Amino acid sequence: MLTIRHLDVFRGRTHVLRDVSLEVGRGEIVALIGANGAGKTTTLRTISGLLPARNGEISFAPREGGDVLDLTSTPAEAIVAAGICHCPEGRGVFSRLSVHENLLMGAYLRDDRQDIRRDMEQVCAMFPILAARRNQPAGNLSGGEQMMLAIGRALMGRPRLLILDEPSLGLAPLVVEAIFQLLARINREGVTILLVEQNAVVALELAHRAYVLENGRVVMSGESAALAGDDNIRKAYLGG
Amino acid sequence: MDGAYLAQQILNGLILGSMYALVAVGFSMIYGIINLINFAHGDIVMIGAFSTLALLVVLGLPLWVVAPGVVGVGALCGLVIERAAFRPMRGAPQVTGFIASLGVSIMIQNLGILTVTAQPRNFTFPDYMLAAVSVFGFEIQMVNVCIMLAAPLLVVGLLFVVHRTRLGTAMRATAENLDVARLMGVNINRTIAATFALGSALAGAAGLMWGGKFGQIDPLMGFLPGLKAFVAAVIGGVGSIPGAILGGYVLGLAEVLFVGLLPPVYSSYRDAFVFGLLILILLVLPNGILGKSTEERA
Amino acid sequence: MTAERKRLLFLALAGLGLTVLMQAVFDDYLRTMACFVGIFIILAVSLNFTNGFAGLFSLGHPAFMAIGGYVAALLTFNPEMKPLFLPDLPEWLMALHLPFLPALLAGGAAAALTALPVGAAVLRLRGHYLAVATMGFLIIVQVLITNMEPYTRGPLGLNGLDTLTDLWWVYGSVLVTVYACWKIKFSSYGRMLQSVRENELAAACLGVNLFHARLAALVIGAFFAGVAGGLWGHLVTALTPVSFSLVLAFSIVVMVVVGGTGSITGSIIGAVIFSCITEFFRPLEENYSVYGVGEILMALILILILVYRPQGIFGSREPDWLTPKTNRC
Repeated sequence: MLTIRHLDVFRGRTHVLRDVSLEVGRGEIVALIGANGAGKTTTLRTISGLLPARNGEISFAPREGGDVLDLTSTPAEAIVAAGICHCPEGRGVFSRLSVHENLLMGAYLRDDRQDIRRDMEQVCAMFPILAARRNQPAGNLSGGEQMMLAIGRALMGRPRLLILDEPSLGLAPLVVEAIFQLLARINREGVTILLVEQNAVVALELAHRAYVLENGRVVMSGESAALAGDDNIRKAYLGG
Repeated sequence: MDGAYLAQQILNGLILGSMYALVAVGFSMIYGIINLINFAHGDIVMIGAFSTLALLVVLGLPLWVVAPGVVGVGALCGLVIERAAFRPMRGAPQVTGFIASLGVSIMIQNLGILTVTAQPRNFTFPDYMLAAVSVFGFEIQMVNVCIMLAAPLLVVGLLFVVHRTRLGTAMRATAENLDVARLMGVNINRTIAATFALGSALAGAAGLMWGGKFGQIDPLMGFLPGLKAFVAAVIGGVGSIPGAILGGYVLGLAEVLFVGLLPPVYSSYRDAFVFGLLILILLVLPNGILGKSTEERA
Repeated sequence: MTAERKRLLFLALAGLGLTVLMQAVFDDYLRTMACFVGIFIILAVSLNFTNGFAGLFSLGHPAFMAIGGYVAALLTFNPEMKPLFLPDLPEWLMALHLPFLPALLAGGAAAALTALPVGAAVLRLRGHYLAVATMGFLIIVQVLITNMEPYTRGPLGLNGLDTLTDLWWVYGSVLVTVYACWKIKFSSYGRMLQSVRENELAAACLGVNLFHARLAALVIGAFFAGVAGGLWGHLVTALTPVSFSLVLAFSIVVMVVVGGTGSITGSIIGAVIFSCITEFFRPLEENYSVYGVGEILMALILILILVYRPQGIFGSREPDWLTPKTNRC
């Protein structure tokens, strides 16, 4: 579904991503793990069109056998319209807007009012806390609740590919577990997921496949089980 | 102190405050979304006033046609200024944008001087506007009644757009976090342009009111109201629309009462008072009365 | 003496030679123009000191000019004429009559002293809030001058000042101003000021007292602006509250920005360019009744520079062949 080939990204004069290539298959959960500053967030932001690519290509095929988009030359708004919804680092909820308005923003590009309303009900069913706090400013929510709001908001866009940037950051372990179980469920219902995580343990538990990013390069990739069993990975990222 | 005199002063303060609020709201909206002080905002008030003169006197159109026309002119000016001067500045440091907007303001003022000369013109509103109406025992000119009714109405209209429409939600989202708004698919250029258009439309309307109330306009007339709108916005809390409304009325009342209640020898200190108040507020209450901006000011 | 020092000395002497030439060859009008250019150089270089070195954005410069100008004028004013113009002056001021140099210095000192409380109040602000606060200060000073009629004759202003300013005074003042700013810029004190501009947090960590540094930048800039005001008043032989307006502040800012914020050479060149432009357009404007063209052009150039070359002509550096070797990056 998503193919990145030989991607080079610069921020100012710093070469942040070097010759990065990765693939996300339809229906998969793929994780991108690595230390702080390895370039994980940069990768996601480039996919979403927030950063320009110096070299390389990013191809996105929302539908099986359908058109393929080159994301490096597509504006950010069109990338969202194509079906990629991005849950940014730090949740990125609009604190001054209400929970309800945040969810509406997720459906910003959609016109189908009936369906939007139905999706809103579904999201609130998935996250009852959001229904309870519907009209409160999103800034009032706790970290975990904001994460749920961010995911719910991303789901409101009916994404084909859901991108998550460090969903576990700053959250208590129990909350992280709940969220990741939810992500597994969303994936079973047909949403492809690409997530970036510093917490390699939970990431590898959830994902089917993973890539390891170090200093802007992909140094390893494969099935999560294989990576989790790898000695180097265990020492560097899994605390073993 | 004569009760009637005080009441009259308060009334004047409310009239002035209505106009300040109108300009301050537009100013605050723009500030909220691009974090730049738009110096040229006051000059759009001036353009509004001159357009009114052109449409009303030169073309002889009736007032109920002129009013929306002027609002449209204001919006158009806002769009042009945004596209030409502010969009290229996006991402530049604060002070750069500030100097640029000062440059735009000076350019507009001097274009005005170039085209219509610095000579003040008399603003001839139709007679029925200047007639006095009796309200609650006060004699008020029709134009002032209209100002006190129209300004809040326009602001309410704006609040409706900002809080009940998709565009308005996008504007508020962009003002809060531009990058995340982009991730929602918001077209930033169009959203910012729309903000400018709306804010400047209000400024244009204020120009019509200002000319009607004071009876005289000149190309440099927008400068001081523009700055005072900034002061009003700061008093109420920059970036906050309710704050701008509050600030506008507070400033209008404060200015009128300052002149009205203190001995006449102080009345020419009025502008110094307003800016002294600005500096005081910036130092003591940097987020204004309703402030919730987390921006670093000091 | 190092090569750079020699070149600087050479430039100073060349400036002297130019002044001699202008004094001999130019007619009154051109000599007056040259004086204006010189005064603008002082204004631009001193504003550059405040804005460029310490990163403060001050629009209040004309206010300091006004203070310096009025103080100097009150001191040089012919004591026989004083009672006629300013009948309400206090006794000691009425009798006081100073030669030009002490009057200029007194004006500069008065401006510098004013900068102390103003700075104390306003320098805690940042970025465009500081800019607006300084603008407020400018307006407040304008209003005060207009209203303090016993001292300033209010909106009528003071006229009939002696024409004390000439090319020699201007050249001397320019030399002193540029020398002082140059010396400070390349001293450890100057580096400290620039560190405040570059990265406040780092500067504070290194023990720099941010507030003192900023205040010093404002006060020093104000002093030279005050001197410039005194020179201005005795060139134009009149002072009114409206001479020191926001448009003037804007003009000086344009000179500094176009030349390069932080560069003394840039400010000098910016001042020369823009005073020539405004002077060039003034007779055109008057003859064809097209007022405002000069300002429009200036604003346009500013906006173009801000969009396409925001660092100005020189950035914040001086030409390499004049910069002491240890200071080059």
